[in-house]
Amino acid sequence: MTATRPVTPAAPAGRAQRVSQARVVRSEWTKLRSLPSTAWSLLVTVVSIVGFGVLYCLLRVARPPADPAALAAFDPTAVSLTGVQLAAIAIGVLGVLLVAGEYATGLIRTSFTAVPRRLPVLWGKAIVFALTTLAVCLPVTVIAFLVGQSILSEKRLDIALGHPGVARAVLGSALYLAAVGLLGLGLGALLRSTAGAVAALLGLLFGPQLLVGMLPATWSDQLYRYLPVPAGAAVANVRPDPLILSPWTGFGLFCCYTGLVLALAGWRLVRDDA
Amino acid sequence: MIEAHGLTKRYGDKLAVDDLSFTVRPGVVTGFLGPNGAGKSTTMRMILGLDTPTRGSVTVNGRPYREHTAPLHEVGALLDARSVHPGRSAYHHLLALAQTSGIPRSRVDEVVEGVGLAGVARKRAGGFSLGMGQRLGIAAALLGDPRTVILDEPVNGLDTEGIRWIRSLLKGLAAEGRTVFVSSHLMSEMAMTAEHLIVIGQGRLIADAGTEELIAQAAPGVVRVRSTEPEALAALLRARDVTVSPDGDGALAVSGLSTDQVGRAAGAAGITLLELSAQQASLEDAFVDMTRDAVEFRAPTRKGAQP
Repeated sequence: MTATRPVTPAAPAGRAQRVSQARVVRSEWTKLRSLPSTAWSLLVTVVSIVGFGVLYCLLRVARPPADPAALAAFDPTAVSLTGVQLAAIAIGVLGVLLVAGEYATGLIRTSFTAVPRRLPVLWGKAIVFALTTLAVCLPVTVIAFLVGQSILSEKRLDIALGHPGVARAVLGSALYLAAVGLLGLGLGALLRSTAGAVAALLGLLFGPQLLVGMLPATWSDQLYRYLPVPAGAAVANVRPDPLILSPWTGFGLFCCYTGLVLALAGWRLVRDDA
Repeated sequence: MIEAHGLTKRYGDKLAVDDLSFTVRPGVVTGFLGPNGAGKSTTMRMILGLDTPTRGSVTVNGRPYREHTAPLHEVGALLDARSVHPGRSAYHHLLALAQTSGIPRSRVDEVVEGVGLAGVARKRAGGFSLGMGQRLGIAAALLGDPRTVILDEPVNGLDTEGIRWIRSLLKGLAAEGRTVFVSSHLMSEMAMTAEHLIVIGQGRLIADAGTEELIAQAAPGVVRVRSTEPEALAALLRARDVTVSPDGDGALAVSGLSTDQVGRAAGAAGITLLELSAQQASLEDAFVDMTRDAVEFRAPTRKGAQP
């Protein structure tokens, strides 16, 4: 035993107890899976995606497009993925809760005494939550799509997964949900209050469209494509639309918005008292 | 070892902690005493890097807390029993904490067993009583087998058995050579647990001394003496420039002399004593006096009063 050894002989060496990002990711995974609210929120997400998709498909089968113009504008992919916008709210709110919930309960102080550099906690949460959301939502969007198309096929309104842009729209919907989740998580960390962050999330998702809608059409048509939801949802667009950005450009812009919120959250996390 | 130098924290225009300097040494239980709102919790949060000092600095085991790469092995902290998510089980709370530092599951089971939560570890922490919450917080503090233990009001909500358990736990940790820093607003509790006391009031240091020394200063003993000739004895003792007052039953309360001195004086004068005992003044009263005085003296003289 050397003189530099800690005074606690029973202790494992301090070296073995170093905090690392990988360890914090494991810890955040334990936190995420051990809260009942996670399972409930994800269940709401799954039911929203599949349930509303099925419901809307049944509705369109009952009232199919009346004329060739309406048929040309009919987007079977979008119809089967209607539930994604609703699911986005559930995922976004869950993201808020993951951080704001720790502030509300005081757990954040325990988390930061374990990880005094703090940022690994935020990144750990973001990594775990984004991967979990993808792991849940990707199969569910595929299922919603397949079930929806089988319903639509009754009136020959369906489209194949192999059709150009369709697979990207289905995959992109899951990616969009993960990104909205991260936006919620970032807002939760930035504002530290559940109510405030949920209000900010809903405001960011739905507010800009309302505001831009009040502008003259020439302006609003130009601005609309850069707003968070129209930009992010572009990734699920199959039919070319001159009013919105191309799929990956739009989604990239949404990721930039999310990244900006996360960066601000990280800045406040390190700077302010916990 | 915890070392604070000129630690100051200002919230808006309120000074929560004002130029606090002290050292907490390993091997003994150090009590951190002050009335509610004195700045104890703020000081502890600054020690743990949760709040940034407005001025001054504080190190734990030689470094600012945020610079430790294995923080759970350096410091175990109990901040308050509610620093837990109510929806999560005690076991998963501790497991998540352990995983940040690569502490094995076996250690989680060990501390759960050690604090007596084995039967309820898989239950939601939200359903825990205050006492069980405190035990969970202490389990979290001990997880990394830390060299320094910082506990904010650990006996809050504990029953008598729990309080005894905490006392022996703290003394045991100190005996193993660890630094043990425990806050409380109850002087009588600290008198039984801590060997050294750091007392603050309104964010300022009032006293930093051994517990016995501090009690002797802050709550000087009174000698109760009953004799066959109380008037003669009173006159005899008053001549020695001490305070003597009737204490009922023909007894006298003498402050300023020890029992030995009173006994010898009576013996020399041939007065028969029926009763002679040292009475400890109420620790809580002494503590209230001590902190109130500090506040009173503070404004005009700027320098904090001595106890």
